[in-house]
This record gives sequence, structure tokens and C-alpha cells, in this order.
Amino acid sequence: MENKIYINGIGSISAQPGDVISWEAARLYHENIFPAISPNYKEFIKPMALRRMSQAIKMGITSAKIALNEAEIEIPEAIITGTGEGCKQDTEKFLENLLDQDEKLLTPTSFIQSTHNTIGGQIALNLGCKNYNVTYTQNSVSLETAFLDAQMQFSENPEINSVLVGGVDEISEKITSFRKLDGQLKPDPIKNTDLLKEDSTGTITSEGAHFFALSKEKKQNTYAEFQSVFMKNSIQPEKINDEIEAFLKINKLDLAAVDTVILGINGDNRYDHYYKNPQEKLFKNTTQLAYKHLIGDFDTASGYAVYLAANILKSGEIPEILKLNKLECSVPKTILIYNQYLGRDHSLILLSAV
Amino acid sequence: MNKAVAITGMGIISAIGNDTGENYRSLILGKHGISSPEILKTIHRDLPVGEIKISNETLAQDLNLPKNHSFTRAALLGAFAVSEAITQSKLKIDGGTGFISGTSVGGMDATETYFKEFTEGKAENSRFIRAQHPGFTTEIIAEHFGITGFVSTISTACSSGANAIMLGARMIKAGKLKRVIVGGTDCLTKFTLNGFNSLMILSDEHCKPFDENRNGLNLGEGAAYLVLEAEEELNVKPVLGRISGYGNANDAFHQTASSENGEGAFLAMQKAMKTAGISSEKIDYINAHGTATKNNDSAEAKALKRIFFKNSPDFSSTKAFTGHTLAAAGALEAVYSLLSIQHQEVFANLNFSDPMDSSGFIPVTQLKAKPIDHVLSNSFGFGGNCTSLIFSKNGE
Repeated sequence: MENKIYINGIGSISAQPGDVISWEAARLYHENIFPAISPNYKEFIKPMALRRMSQAIKMGITSAKIALNEAEIEIPEAIITGTGEGCKQDTEKFLENLLDQDEKLLTPTSFIQSTHNTIGGQIALNLGCKNYNVTYTQNSVSLETAFLDAQMQFSENPEINSVLVGGVDEISEKITSFRKLDGQLKPDPIKNTDLLKEDSTGTITSEGAHFFALSKEKKQNTYAEFQSVFMKNSIQPEKINDEIEAFLKINKLDLAAVDTVILGINGDNRYDHYYKNPQEKLFKNTTQLAYKHLIGDFDTASGYAVYLAANILKSGEIPEILKLNKLECSVPKTILIYNQYLGRDHSLILLSAV
Repeated sequence: MNKAVAITGMGIISAIGNDTGENYRSLILGKHGISSPEILKTIHRDLPVGEIKISNETLAQDLNLPKNHSFTRAALLGAFAVSEAITQSKLKIDGGTGFISGTSVGGMDATETYFKEFTEGKAENSRFIRAQHPGFTTEIIAEHFGITGFVSTISTACSSGANAIMLGARMIKAGKLKRVIVGGTDCLTKFTLNGFNSLMILSDEHCKPFDENRNGLNLGEGAAYLVLEAEEELNVKPVLGRISGYGNANDAFHQTASSENGEGAFLAMQKAMKTAGISSEKIDYINAHGTATKNNDSAEAKALKRIFFKNSPDFSSTKAFTGHTLAAAGALEAVYSLLSIQHQEVFANLNFSDPMDSSGFIPVTQLKAKPIDHVLSNSFGFGGNCTSLIFSKNGE
């Protein structure tokens, strides 16, 4: 018998302000690379430690703490992190020094903090948490693999009550801008909220951190039930509907039971057709939402989709700015999230109301 | 209780050989693979490394890659080792076949080569831009072998390979995959060599794991993979050994240093024995992490003492043969653990002369034949990530 898993706490840092449901207007950006809105990190991290930390570490620790505080968890029984591109700022710093100084007179600080598991390790260190700790780094399914691992933790060990899962990615000056060279970013700057109207190659990018406190116990302030996650490295565009139907079948759900889908449409006309099939067939009569016009696309951007889904399921309200079609869904009960990047690393996440 | 997970294939490439057979021969002959860097273009020619003396061009030819391929060196080494593992297990690759790889810096070799070009806006080699991120290396290996299903990468520094093996075993047990290729790959890069050098933990001589006068590690490169299969998929396939236990814990002490009493290592070993359902007396051999840094070896010995008291089983570090291959280390040493079970031999810890004052522990220094049912393999990394695996003889 599988346990139910609930999302009891969320920490979200992105290019948009928090509390999405009560928003009046989205934050606008006119560059294709834009930063996250920083919370007051000093509330969460000691000033001495803060000075040495890159954006990814700051965002990671802070959003992890917000999620744990909200769920009233002191020490989770596992910390599972996803990051597609890891600690780019420190990597870039060490690499540039190495190349500029011809391998001479290097200091180790940025090297030490450059490894992908720095975020997860620093959260453990900050909490004094000696439990299970892993970091996944598989492009756009990094956070999804972390969710899968979390789900397995609960089913393997009946003693596990709480797991902290999150996704973090930061922008860095040079490495992020390389995306202009290989077509990952749009050739010309656009306004972020125009992203879904674009008919051009590439996307826009930003950064963020989303941590989720998962628990076996339902609480009064529980957001949603985390039902399932699925990922597949490559899928033919015409086969995507079959994969979605198979996933729903495994989870014993009818297509009609899904009342809202959140799609990872990122304005890249070379790959957005992956979403067309489910949009036009499976989910023709379903409320369709998108989010990358708000926060840009990055490997763990789907964390924002989970954050949105959890808030929608808790409040019963869907912000207008997310809607792709005119279909109204009175009380959202089951939300499916579908994401991919450059036609690879596809994922499906299923959440339901409690 | 769940049955231990069957291993039906293994493949390896390291500084001591291009396949399992060559690695085994080097291990029993005490033939190390430490040399000066030749393929890696670095100013640090005086730092000994465990370098594989095959160029990227030759590796690409062996793999029949087209001229404009985007394999980094880690991907080349990875594909080379995966190929051997698949051949040995006669693996059927379909939608139910997964691939989980550990890597620390992914395609950093390409990034450090082209970084300046990219900074100047030159797009000629832009196919290597995404190569910096570990998932790219994994994906390109998966694509080479036609693996389209579950593909993921673990990056927990030097315990990545061990964690990849652990995740694969758990997914087989949970029924989420029928077959999975697990392991790790890392190549020598200027980034890691200079990184460890700036930390002042590289030795300028051949490393001496567990010796009182050890003065640092030698960096190495390599790749190794295992094929894990669910029980119902086995049919009459020979089983090389089984993964019976695994444990993962965090030291939560310091980003790069191990705690003095080796708390993370202790917890990881304890958890591994718990999942295997065996007590510490059942462990016949420990393939230690043993990097030959002051800090690691004393912390690991402390942790061993806490688990095994005075009666530590035979242990050795094979890093004096291969160098420390970072994310691949746990995978290389998984292959060595399986060879140890297959041949009923403990491999020597090279370059040892004086026991550490703190523990007095003496590793096995000569090849030793003995009955071996269970081998414990340790992998610890930056970020406090500690993982221990237990490999067992089929039928034990």
C-alpha cells in the first residue's frame, strides 16, 4: 500500500513576486536574461556566511528554510536537490581565473563552491542534517528526478515522515550568455509577457529556487497531494499523447479527471509543437495554463509550475495571466504538469487537491 | 525481504586498463597507472595523475563516431565502458532500460577549451556549450546506445558513481525499471587538477593511502558501469554478483573536509549493513575510499574503528593504482569489488609502509587469496556526501 504524500511547505524564489494568487500585475522584463527577485537573505543566513555565497546557494538555503518553516519540520529525513547547471557563478569565476592566470596562483574558494552538490551540502550543513542527501543534474528533469527519489524514499522506509525536495538554478554573467550563441535564447530582446505570442527560435531565461517540504501527514495548511512523476529522455512528438495516457492509466485516472494542465511552452517555435498535440487533442476541453512568460525557462523552472499548481489547488483560484484558453474550471481538483526542453528530458507531474 | 539486485554486466576503462580483464591483471600484478600528464595539456607536469593514454581521436574512432560529434572526453570514456558492460550482459535495450550516470564536472574539458571562444562570441564550436552541464554527457551516451527511457545524472562530487549505483538498485527493487546501466565517468581536466591543487591536497609523488606519511591524492580519470537487472528478466543469465546493501548519509561538517570522527562515513556504512541485513563480521573485504589525503584517511579509519572496533576486516584502497577518479571512483571500485568476489582475492593497497599513529590500522599490502562473500565499498565527497555499497556473492 503506497502512502499518500502531501506538500506542506513551499519556498519559492523567482523573477516574480510571491503570493501569485493575489497578484494584480506581473513583473515585466525587457531582456532575454533576467535575475530573480531576492528576498531579504539576512533573515535566513548569517551575514558572515552570506558574503561568500553565490546566488544559487543563497536561493537554495533560503527557499529550503521557508519550506521547512511552513511545514514545521526541523530536520527532514532526506534532502534531495535538483539543479540542471549547478553553481555556475563559482565555476565561471574559477575557470576564468585559471585561464587568465595560466593555471597559476589560484585560490580554492570558488572551486570548493563550484560542485553541483554544494547547494544540497550547504543546506545539510546549515540545518545540521546528517540524513540521506543527493543531487540530481539532468537538464530539465533534475527536479523531477529528485521528486521521484523522494517518492521512493517514502515507499521504501515506513519510518520516513518528511523529505525536502527542491530545484535551483542561477544565472551567471558569461555562461548564461553563451546560450545566445547556440540558439537557446531568442536572437532579439523581447518583453517576457509577449513570450507566448512569439514565432521565433529560442526562449528567455532567468533563475530561481523552489523547495518543497513533503510529508506523509496531511495538515490544516497542506497545499496539495503529490501524486506522481514520470520522466522520459526522448519522445517522438506524435507519441506524446500516448505517453500521457499511459501515465494517467498507471495512476488510475481518466483523462476527464484532469481538469487543469500546466504546460512548459517557452516560445521556441522549434519545440513548442510538443505541446500542440496534447493541447489540441487530449486537453481540448481542459483549462490550459503556461508560466514561462513570467519567469523565463531554466532547467528547474518546473519548480515554479509545481508551486503554481499547489497554490491553485489550495486556493481554488487560477490567476488570469496563466490562462492559455477560455475554458473555466470552477474548482481545480487535479493538475497535470508537462515540460520538456529542446525536445528532450520530458516530464509529467500529477498533483491533486486534498 | 527484497532479494539483492543482480549484476549481469560490467565495463571499465581506467589508467590500469581498457577493459575488465586488463584492470584485473594490473590489480593482481600490482601494476599502477600513475604517470605525468601527457594528454591533458597543463603546466602542472610535475603532478602525477592516473591518465588513460588514449587520445580523444582514437576513442572516437573506436566508437565509430562521425567527425562532427559532440562527445566530450567524459562521454567518450563513458561510452567505451558502457559498451563493454552491454556486451557482457547481452543487454536488451528497450523502453524499460534506464541509464543513470554519475559525473562531477561533466564536459568541463570542452568548456575549458572553448570558454574564451564563446566569450568572444565565436559560435563555431557552439555544440559544446551545453556540454558543460553533466546531463549533456549522460544524454549523449544514452543516445549512442539508443536508450530513450529513464535517463538521469547524479552529481554528488566523489560519491556520484556510488549514488548512481544505489539509485539504480533501488529503482529495480521498486519495480520502476527492468534493466538499468549505472556507474560514472570523469576525465582529467585543468579545472579539477587546478582546483585540487589550489586546495593543496595533491601529492607530488605517488599517493600513499592510509600511510602515516601520506601527503595527498593523485587525480585520475576513468569510467565504469554495471548492468543491473530485475529477477524476472534474468532467465539463465550468469549473475556476476549482487548489490545487497547501500547507505547514504551527510557528514554535515564542512563543504570539503571530513569530520574528525568520520560521522558521515560511519552512518553510511551502518545504513548499508542495515539494508543488506548483515552484521559487520560478515564483511570480508573493504574497498576503502582511501584518497591518501591527511583528512580523508584518518576520518575514514576512525569511522571504520567505530563500526568494526579493533577487528577491522581486510581493507585496501585501490586509488594508488588508478588515482582518484572523482565521480567515477565509486563505479570503478564497484567493478574491483566484484572482481574481488569473482576471484576470491583482496587487492593490494600500494605504497604503504607506516601505519597511521591515530588508528594503527594496516591495509592489505600484498594480493591475498581468501573466501569473500561480502565486500563493502566506500565513496565520500565534497558537500559531506557519503555513500557505502555492499556487493555480495551470488547465492549468499
